[in-house]
Amino acid sequence: MKNIVVIGGGPAGLEASAQLHRLGYNVILVEKSPQLGGHLAKWDRLFPSGIPAKDVLEKMVSQINGVKYFLEANVQSINLLHKSYNVILNNGITVLADAVLFTTGFDLFPAQKKEEYGYGIYEKVITNADLENWFKTKKDNRVTENPKRIGFVHCVGSRDEKAGNRYCSKVCCATAVKQACEIKQEFPDVEVFCFYMDLRMFGRGYEDMYLSAQKDYGVRFIRGRVSEVAENINKELIVKAEDTLSGKPIKVTLDLLVLMSGMQNCSEGTKVAHQLGIANAGNDGFFETKDAIYSQQHSTREGIFFAGACTGPKTLPDSLSEARAAAIEIHNYVKGIR
Amino acid sequence: MVKFGFALNPSSRIDLDKTDREKFAQLVELEPDVLKCMACGSCTASCTAGKFTPTSVRSAILEIQNGRWQQALDMLKGCLLCGKCTMVCPRAINTRHLILAINEVYQSGK
Amino acid sequence: MIYQGKQKIWSDYQKEIPDDHYFYVRSCIRQNLFPASEKTFLDITRNKLGKDFFETEHHTTCGGIAYHCDTIPQETSMTIIARQFALMQKYGYENYVCSCITSFGLYTETLETWREFPELEARIKENLWKTCKLEFAKPKYLAHASDIIYKYRNLIAAQAKYKLINRHTGKPLRVVEHIGCHYGKMFPSKSVGGAEYPYVLAGMIEAWGGEVIDYPERRHCCGYGFRQYHIRSNRGYSLANTYKKFESMEPYKPDMIITNCPGCPYFLDRWQYVISEMEGKTYGENGHGIPVFTYEEVAGLVMGYNPWDLGLQMHQIGPEPVLDKIGIPYDPQAKYLL
Repeated sequence: MKNIVVIGGGPAGLEASAQLHRLGYNVILVEKSPQLGGHLAKWDRLFPSGIPAKDVLEKMVSQINGVKYFLEANVQSINLLHKSYNVILNNGITVLADAVLFTTGFDLFPAQKKEEYGYGIYEKVITNADLENWFKTKKDNRVTENPKRIGFVHCVGSRDEKAGNRYCSKVCCATAVKQACEIKQEFPDVEVFCFYMDLRMFGRGYEDMYLSAQKDYGVRFIRGRVSEVAENINKELIVKAEDTLSGKPIKVTLDLLVLMSGMQNCSEGTKVAHQLGIANAGNDGFFETKDAIYSQQHSTREGIFFAGACTGPKTLPDSLSEARAAAIEIHNYVKGIR
Repeated sequence: MVKFGFALNPSSRIDLDKTDREKFAQLVELEPDVLKCMACGSCTASCTAGKFTPTSVRSAILEIQNGRWQQALDMLKGCLLCGKCTMVCPRAINTRHLILAINEVYQSGK
Repeated sequence: MIYQGKQKIWSDYQKEIPDDHYFYVRSCIRQNLFPASEKTFLDITRNKLGKDFFETEHHTTCGGIAYHCDTIPQETSMTIIARQFALMQKYGYENYVCSCITSFGLYTETLETWREFPELEARIKENLWKTCKLEFAKPKYLAHASDIIYKYRNLIAAQAKYKLINRHTGKPLRVVEHIGCHYGKMFPSKSVGGAEYPYVLAGMIEAWGGEVIDYPERRHCCGYGFRQYHIRSNRGYSLANTYKKFESMEPYKPDMIITNCPGCPYFLDRWQYVISEMEGKTYGENGHGIPVFTYEEVAGLVMGYNPWDLGLQMHQIGPEPVLDKIGIPYDPQAKYLL
């Protein structure tokens, strides 16, 4: 039986593992954290229709019966032996893999790097992940009852050369609009402001979500990036931006500011990729695929494959499609089908 | 008082803490479409009055959202109610009715 | 405000500050506006702390005001700066410290420009040789004088006679710190604590017993600018910025303001009088203004210098309320006797 190592137990890793297992391979899934699911396990509901993340994750996990997976496991070393890769994990397991799939996903941009927004300094500044956690658990002292005004900042650590990430993280606009509507469901009287530069509502149902945010929830969209956040004597946030549509500076006092942290390549995954010499190919930090259009699942090395957000920001359905595509590509590779 | 020959420059900053939410709610009640504008500018581009007067439906909506309804009323004074903006609006906003509604809500507020 | 969050940022922006042996250059305007500050700096560093700070009467202005008023080109100011560096080299020093923030900004800008464009440095070398028959070496280390007092803040605290504590209430004095724009906004990595949450003055205030106030417009410019004040038709906007700062700090009821720039203390001090005349509004206690100090003056006060030897009689806003709160004795009769 052929061995396939899948690195990363998020949605792409789970889906690819399930598919490869069905195709008859011995799959070894390596996950660094104590649970499967990656960021999805921390999310509450999913855009555009608000499906609970939990339901999707449960479905995925139910499909991996028979896949060997290791939690709290890291790839300690990986190198080529003849035609297969010798993968040594930190738990002492060694696998001789016929192919390796990177589904290492993304890290959220560390929002404290945008110092002017005061994440970690001003109490009422939180991130998209913090808010998802609040939706899930309703536990976060920073989200208080009866807020008057709440703001969302799009593109935090995205489209920002000084933050080191020039690219668009793709999913934050839709996440912001989803969260803005959800916060209005929680607090119907709150005034919600979304500070955006361009609204990138590219996917099916996204534009409807935007329209609904305006029409049904009265969310105010302000075209301008927040430039500075401060705290007043009542511990409320004072936010400065420009309303670029009227060309005037704007000031607003908020009870909560949510930063839409973007995606960057997973640092743990990058470390493993370094050992194979495939880490630094893309100048945006993501892994470079063999070909930008036709061979998205192939790395520049034989037998090493990619799926999901390790090759650039992706939505969940994007990642799942790539996972299935990668399973087929790996199958073709192992069978010697060109 | 000492004459210095200069005075404090007024601030051009918009304070969103000071918008009138009640009046805006009245407007939304009369014409809910006001919420649908995505600032594409089609209305202003095709406006009969807009080339010769400061008329702009897009800007008027924005001014109202920013709490500057007097500017919005001034901006709509040149409107001929020709209806071209209603034709071109991609979000199917009933702009003619919106203009009348803005006048109704904010004129009476004077 | 989460203090630990600020500490994290401060630890990211700690620059190396050599302990001793500096070539000191004065500011062209501070000697008129705050005549004893530089004298106090030299007295504290040389005589109280026993450090080597050398100055020569042959140094000149850096040309910063003319440069920022667009009356001389950058190349001219660079040549002036090169001449100062030549003097430093002649007297055997490698560490350069300047009293002025705009000088510090201009020196930093010059050194960074030369690093990017070595051909420009070569041209300045030629200019200096043609005009003065001098050769220069770049300083190994560049500091602003407030960096030095920050470095020595605990040594000063150890010798202090007074603390920034209200002796009537036993509570720390509430201190507004104002950092000159050219200290850290252009090159945050060259400042202590970065540009968003600078620590250089906050560190002194903490070491000497005071409490730092973080008010919404803390990062805002004092409004001086250069042409903005120097041309009368622009003065209204210079003033409006100072007004904005005072309106923002008013609810916190500050006892005093400390600054590290030549222009800021002058304008924060004098504009309070202008605002009171124009608007009938004052921000301090009993219809007076909030006293404004340079960091050298405050260092001198805590070390027990006679307030009138520190030149505090030159301030528009009388320093007496602060002296009374701390318990520093002074002779009202001697205020204007030099």
